[in-house]
Amino acid sequence: MISVNPKGEVWVFAEQHGGKLEDIGLELLGRARMLGDKLGVKVGAVLIGDQIKGLAEKLCQYGADSVYVLENPLLEHYQTNSYAKVIDDLIHKYQPQIMIYGASPCGRDLAPRVASAIKAGLTADCTDLQIGDHESKAEGKTYKNLLLQIRPAFGGNIIATIINYDRWPQMATVREGVMQMPIPDVKRKGQIFAEKITIQQSDLPVEIIREHKQGKKVNLKASRIVVAGGAGVGSKENFRLVWDLANALGGSPGATRAAVDLGFIDRDHQVGQTGTTVRPSLYIAIGISGAIQHQAGMSDSQKIIAINNDPTAPIFDVAHYKIVGDLNDIVPKMVKAIKARV
Amino acid sequence: MAYNCVVTIKQVPDTKKITGQAMNDDGTVNRGALPAVFNPEDLNALELALEIKDKFGGKVTVVTMGLPAATEVLRQAIYRGADDAILVTDRRAGASDTLATSYILSCAVKQLNYDIVLCGRQAIDGDTAQVGPQLAEKLGIPQITYVQELLGLENNTITARRNMGNGWQEVKCKLPALLTVIDEANEPRIAAAKRLMKYKKARTPVEIQAQLKKDNPSASDAELKELADMKIAELEKQGLLIKQWDLDNLKADLQWCGRDGSPTKVNRIQSVVLTARESKTVEPTDSGITDMVHELITDKTIS
Repeated sequence: MISVNPKGEVWVFAEQHGGKLEDIGLELLGRARMLGDKLGVKVGAVLIGDQIKGLAEKLCQYGADSVYVLENPLLEHYQTNSYAKVIDDLIHKYQPQIMIYGASPCGRDLAPRVASAIKAGLTADCTDLQIGDHESKAEGKTYKNLLLQIRPAFGGNIIATIINYDRWPQMATVREGVMQMPIPDVKRKGQIFAEKITIQQSDLPVEIIREHKQGKKVNLKASRIVVAGGAGVGSKENFRLVWDLANALGGSPGATRAAVDLGFIDRDHQVGQTGTTVRPSLYIAIGISGAIQHQAGMSDSQKIIAINNDPTAPIFDVAHYKIVGDLNDIVPKMVKAIKARV
Repeated sequence: MAYNCVVTIKQVPDTKKITGQAMNDDGTVNRGALPAVFNPEDLNALELALEIKDKFGGKVTVVTMGLPAATEVLRQAIYRGADDAILVTDRRAGASDTLATSYILSCAVKQLNYDIVLCGRQAIDGDTAQVGPQLAEKLGIPQITYVQELLGLENNTITARRNMGNGWQEVKCKLPALLTVIDEANEPRIAAAKRLMKYKKARTPVEIQAQLKKDNPSASDAELKELADMKIAELEKQGLLIKQWDLDNLKADLQWCGRDGSPTKVNRIQSVVLTARESKTVEPTDSGITDMVHELITDKTIS
């Protein structure tokens, strides 16, 4: 751990794979910029890999003032121990006050290892980050300008705000898709630091034999319209209704965890706390009761239509258009109306 | 070659069963109102350990940290085939965040003989997925997270397939190592009836003491202690005593335990309130639906 350092920078782990920056790091820079401005400190990005220096400028365009570049052939592929080691060194050297990581498979593997090594706090899967004060009644004092780490807990049934006032840096992972991607400013420049590191083969105890990347079959995050089905759709065959409506609207089919678990559609389509967070222009929920875990991933949609035969279904609480009735009757009528374009 | 596995498990409130009755007025969750269950992915971790034992031999030890009631998940693990079980329970461990929890667990695991440590990826109450990697770091061993399949185990080297969300990765490393296991990895076995009959009377000392106190309300502390010592000795002889360790047994440094050892603190908790928004009820008729579609086209929601 490092001591409390209110002058420290706000850092983002800029995840890259194969020389390509992941969206999540860029999304985080937008929020880091806001936090840094509020605290009056610089925003730094940590960029680790091999032959990746060229990506540093892009990080500045998205909001970084400083980019710490760690290049080494041994760092070409993400590996827990080697990446954790260099971040650990860097944190001790520069004493940032905040460090945020994406809650991606890589970030969720890395951040806890770093937190444990430096004995700092870490909050998982935040959906919001703010700066605020904390009044400790027990100590009779107020801690100013802390990172408020806001996240759902208890299966999404509560929202907890977590703070860390004594052992810094204040660290958090943030869910993908919840922070809005900043608009890059191509004229924006920053300072690039080529960091010296010693890394050896023994820092890489896990050998990657082979890997397979599959593009997601559906890009829910980028879809303007999402048509999602739940357990109420009834069967895999009947889920065709969801596909039909999605096709008619040029949207993407989504699903609840229950529908995925029942085998109606594969996991790439899952919307919600353990799936993808979406905020499309239009979200149509078919046969979805509206568990809080599902709502966590879709309630920011601009327009929500809910179709359910149970008028008390919680999904109706967040819907703009409520249609109570049999989805087998309603969905074909919608497809027909859309195809006719009225 | 045989491999010794240590599996960390957790008793969790069944967060899927949350209803209004389980919420306190201040917006916090009344854990007591929820059924306590074996954390689902910890069952997958246990199953993987048992499969390793079935194939290669060795011993499976389960460890949990929690209140005395958490002994129940240890018994559940024994019924399924775990050879040894340890309850780590201590009031001073309360309010531990993931960092303190991983520290305490590491003190326990270090006292055991292990080749592979297995954890569920995450618990359904916190969903942090942090304790596994933090435990690996504290033990100073490599971690393989999100294990969906064990591909090989020979010459002290493990090969596994990890689910990376957007694909998979096959990795290998020398043991000892820590694995976090996801629900795709296997189908956990159910309790074996024979083991259930044999071990259903297995107890931790703290459970024995509580039961004796309940059964003998007028007994003095000294009498209760004598009764408890007798019962503990009896169960131990029968192989039915579940081990129980506290922070002193673990030689844990208290500054890293409980609230003191937890950098993260809760600033505030809110229950999720569903916000009603301006909404229209649409009749499920041709004209109702046509009107709605028309509205969506007019406001350019549908292009």
